[in-house]
Amino acid sequence: MAQDQIIKLAILAVGGQGGGVLTNWIVDLAEQNGWVAQSTAVAGVAQRTGATIYYVEMAPQQEKRPIFSLAPSVGDVDILIAAELMEVGRAIQRGFVSPNRTCLIGSSHRLHAVSEKINPGDGRAEDQVIFDAAHKSAQSVLLHNYDRLAIQNGSYISASLFGALAASEALPFTPTQFEAILELSGRAAARSIAAFKAALKAEPLTAPELSEQTSTAAKAQGPQKLMAQWDALQQRIAQLPNECQDMALAGLKKSIEFQDVAYGEHYLTTLERFARKVPAKHPDILTELAKHLANAMAYDDLIRVADLKTRRQRLTRIESEVQLQSADGLKLTEYFHPRAEEICGLMPPKLGRWFEDSPKRFAWLDRRVNKGRRIRSNGFWGFSTLYLLGGLKWWRKHTLRDQIERDHCAAWLAEIERHLADHPDLALELIKCRRLIKGYSDTHHRSLSKFARIFEHLPLVANLPDAADWVRRWRDAALMDENGDALDGAIKTVEIALKGPPDA
Amino acid sequence: MAERSFAKEVEKLRLGNGDTFRGEGILAITKALLENGVGYVGGYQGAPISHLMDVFADAEDLLSELGVRFEASASEATAAAMLAASVHYPIRGAVSFKSTVGTNVASDALANLASGGVTGGALIIVGEDYGEGSSIMQERSHPFAQKSQIWLLDPRPNLPSIVDAVGHGFALSEASNTPVMLEVRIRACHVHGHFDTKDNVPPSFTVRDALENPKRKTDRIVLPPASYLHEKEKVEQRLPAAIDYIQEHKLNEHFGPDQGDIGIIMQGGMYNNVMRALQRMGLADLYGDSKVPLYVMNVTYPLVPDEVVDFCADKKAVLMVEEGHPACLEEAVAALLFKHKIKTDLSGKGVLPLAGELTGQVMLDGLRSFITTHAPHLVKDQDRAPNEPQLRPQPELDDTVPARPPGFCTGCPERPIFAATKLVEEELGPHHISSDIGCHLFSIMPPFEIGGTTMGYGLGPASSSALNAKGARRSISFVGDGGFWHNGLTSSIGNASFNNHDGVTVIVDNYYSAATGGQDILSSRANNKSRNTNNPIAKAVKGMGVKWVREIDNTYDVVKMRETLKEALTTDETGPKVIVASSECMLNRQRRERPLKAKAIAEGQTITQPKFGVDEDICTGDHACMRLSGCPSLTVKKLDDPLRDDPVAYIDQSCVGCGNCGEVADAAILCPSFYKAERIHNPGTAHKIWRTLSSSFMSWLQARRDRKSLRFEA
Repeated sequence: MAQDQIIKLAILAVGGQGGGVLTNWIVDLAEQNGWVAQSTAVAGVAQRTGATIYYVEMAPQQEKRPIFSLAPSVGDVDILIAAELMEVGRAIQRGFVSPNRTCLIGSSHRLHAVSEKINPGDGRAEDQVIFDAAHKSAQSVLLHNYDRLAIQNGSYISASLFGALAASEALPFTPTQFEAILELSGRAAARSIAAFKAALKAEPLTAPELSEQTSTAAKAQGPQKLMAQWDALQQRIAQLPNECQDMALAGLKKSIEFQDVAYGEHYLTTLERFARKVPAKHPDILTELAKHLANAMAYDDLIRVADLKTRRQRLTRIESEVQLQSADGLKLTEYFHPRAEEICGLMPPKLGRWFEDSPKRFAWLDRRVNKGRRIRSNGFWGFSTLYLLGGLKWWRKHTLRDQIERDHCAAWLAEIERHLADHPDLALELIKCRRLIKGYSDTHHRSLSKFARIFEHLPLVANLPDAADWVRRWRDAALMDENGDALDGAIKTVEIALKGPPDA
Repeated sequence: MAERSFAKEVEKLRLGNGDTFRGEGILAITKALLENGVGYVGGYQGAPISHLMDVFADAEDLLSELGVRFEASASEATAAAMLAASVHYPIRGAVSFKSTVGTNVASDALANLASGGVTGGALIIVGEDYGEGSSIMQERSHPFAQKSQIWLLDPRPNLPSIVDAVGHGFALSEASNTPVMLEVRIRACHVHGHFDTKDNVPPSFTVRDALENPKRKTDRIVLPPASYLHEKEKVEQRLPAAIDYIQEHKLNEHFGPDQGDIGIIMQGGMYNNVMRALQRMGLADLYGDSKVPLYVMNVTYPLVPDEVVDFCADKKAVLMVEEGHPACLEEAVAALLFKHKIKTDLSGKGVLPLAGELTGQVMLDGLRSFITTHAPHLVKDQDRAPNEPQLRPQPELDDTVPARPPGFCTGCPERPIFAATKLVEEELGPHHISSDIGCHLFSIMPPFEIGGTTMGYGLGPASSSALNAKGARRSISFVGDGGFWHNGLTSSIGNASFNNHDGVTVIVDNYYSAATGGQDILSSRANNKSRNTNNPIAKAVKGMGVKWVREIDNTYDVVKMRETLKEALTTDETGPKVIVASSECMLNRQRRERPLKAKAIAEGQTITQPKFGVDEDICTGDHACMRLSGCPSLTVKKLDDPLRDDPVAYIDQSCVGCGNCGEVADAAILCPSFYKAERIHNPGTAHKIWRTLSSSFMSWLQARRDRKSLRFEA
């Protein structure tokens, strides 16, 4: 049937990815090898970072001109190229991938949509869902991180996807014929061909790539005395239940980096105290506690920020990020905006409170400190300032902030302890609530208030058999928006369920 | 023009007899105009016809060789009014714009033009922005043609047909003294195809000839009593003349067998989709040989009654394939059949959906249903009872795949304006905010969600005009520089000034008509050799009598933006408050600067290349920065750290170093994670010495601290 002599190819891309370039190459490829081709695109605002679609049809050259369609149809696409993983999903959703005919080529990398990024928790879509759907929906599947292949070769994803198309053998053209098109593509031809060849050889992925977990077997360095203490601490970690040892080690490292070895020991002692109380059936409680206790103890104060900003590894990381060559120069600028709160936090508790308790005094201080400060962190003055600030660790335990954090942490641990024996599920959920606390200044304040709201309303549900479920739901709700509106709704739901509507 | 150069496309306009043009539909039209002796061209940019404007703007030399006048019109109304040159003079003129929005703006001039009629061929090329990818309200251009009596061509969507339609359009216009509208849908404008070219033809009568030999005829001017005569003339003379021309030149086409039980009538633009549906049902081959009689209306207004009646009379049932609402053609065909007492069953809307694009699947379903009902013998068993797997519901995908609406580009200078607005609203409470047309309309989307209405190009402040009350919270209106010059200066700013409106207007000036492809406008900063640019917006605003005007020449200064907006909302001064916020469109700036920078670096000049970054240990993963940005390069990344549940902020390699994230982190007091890293290519000796010294200094201090503490290697 004449139908069979036509190849239908759709490209789904995100505006700005160069879908038009790829489309033109495919048309050229067909036309230079005895086929006729037609392409269409919907240019316009979608090209401004939105999901966009290109469509190509081709047929062998004949006396008569074929009549091509201007848009892809559901269930009528032979080759589907998606330049991003969620666009693979969108293609399947829209019905452009059929199990009996479609060769699906997709890049497994992610360009996160705004909705995924603005979530205060983890709003990212699950890659595995797309991999599963791809393998269920297509006749053949080629998924790989084609974006990375392109970047590694100094090129753009259009070139590596062109390579993937050649690798799929879904078009009746040879890789040499593909390459010939790229050779005509101008100044960047060599790099395009390199990316093309890398994609041609690439082994398809069958599952999402996992970010490599760095081994928690920490290689420590330091003076002899500290190393001896470190060895002793490691011995103690080995006494903890197996399941939580990795996490405890990571937590220990974090608390030592935050302050010193003694602080690390304090962390470990607390953990050991809980290890004795956690019911044996619930080793995950200790793992989660190891995680969140470390985060709670290594709070974000000015000293920590300044310390991290002056580390050697940080400079190395930035240099590689901007691809600094040895002959280049580098200027680093930090965006600081301290407020009176942070300064009070650095003061001894009594002095800090003296300022905080009087709006007038507080405003006086705020006027002096509250402004944006650009700090040249690899210049003499800027670096010295941060270095000195980062060296204030010895002073930390005398600060107001430390007292606040210690009290907050102690109250949290006490609440967990209260439920540990009778209600281990609830204790676990309460531990996980620590995840809510994050950010600096107002964001930090808002996150603390969400955390506080859950603990304030805990008595409402604490005696219910499904208390843990409620707390989990509250926490999930709290992670949905910045101000905790969803959390308030979830709490209200419980209140109404227990007491009936307010006016009833 | 800034966004891209069309030098290569301009060369295609020079092709002659025996050559083959290869390219986009809209460029084919551009070439066809020159082949048909066009004397002047105008228009206003906008998808899908922007390229026509861009190519003509770059083809200055060729046009002057041919004696063709080209204008980048100030608006669609200007463009349509330009066709007045064809009223008394035998000059062929063409104008182009996006429809229906452009047609709305142009309709005053179009109606006047159509009333008096034309002598020279007058062609209005409308890019029908309808269906997937459209950025405007979903309406049809058809009723405009009907109400003003402008003939409407809707050719089959392939390059030879579209090119033919241009030639016939001019001739039809001249034969019937009526302007002609050529409708091309968005995909047809961007379709890649071929056609055999002819030599360009210089206009036989040029605008110069007209200026040297001025003419007037009172009976062509729209004023009683002539206007009453025009209406009669339209139906008594021009309509029959048009129908004669259409029939004589067979502008409408028949395909398939002469006879049959059923037939399909369609708009020309629907032809390829209908053919594909027939192919999929086995009722046509790839080359257009159909088993069903087809009547293709390449002219959708006026109808040719004889042709319609003849096609329908011997058939049991006919399907009218017509895209969009209202069903103008179906109703017209139904009226014809009724008047001629023809009993043929007419299907249309109902079999096909009442509204929306006739996509492949929709067309297939519609045709299958029509043919199964009226000619079951034509239908294969599998089409009568399709066994093919239906689109299975995939709930897990629906829950996973995020929506991806268009948004601000990486480094867009408009982003900080809306970040500042969001911060002001956090401080002063929510305000009534009106939006306009342009890239800045992306503010209505997350993460900003700013703006309640959009009423038309340049009408943002006008759409706030009712919302003014003494002492009440002020309204805020946005308008772009494109919209400002298009219509905003008078309809919005002049209106606010005249009526002492207290509202705040922010004019988003990115140096171009950016959303339509970066065309120059009056206030553009580029030195355009053939256009008058560099006219400050603030000067025009002050000229309209506005007293309170503030200019911000760096929108990335979020603090200044926020403070200025706050001042505008709280000042005691009465009358309109206008803030002109200017920074160059980053897309265009990168296109302009990137090659220059690369060249300078290669030549050994000192060039600073900024990039922003986030310290991942310091970022807590609350994403507050992204709720104030939405920049594609500011994204999330999952760390290897088992202690972290949530991904942290991360700035990828696409960062252009605009500074917005650092500025926002400062203005909103978010966090100290952001840093700017400036890589200095080919640094001078002083900097090299400085770097060596500061590096040793830092290393010395770092080593000192490392010696005393326990450090972990990653």
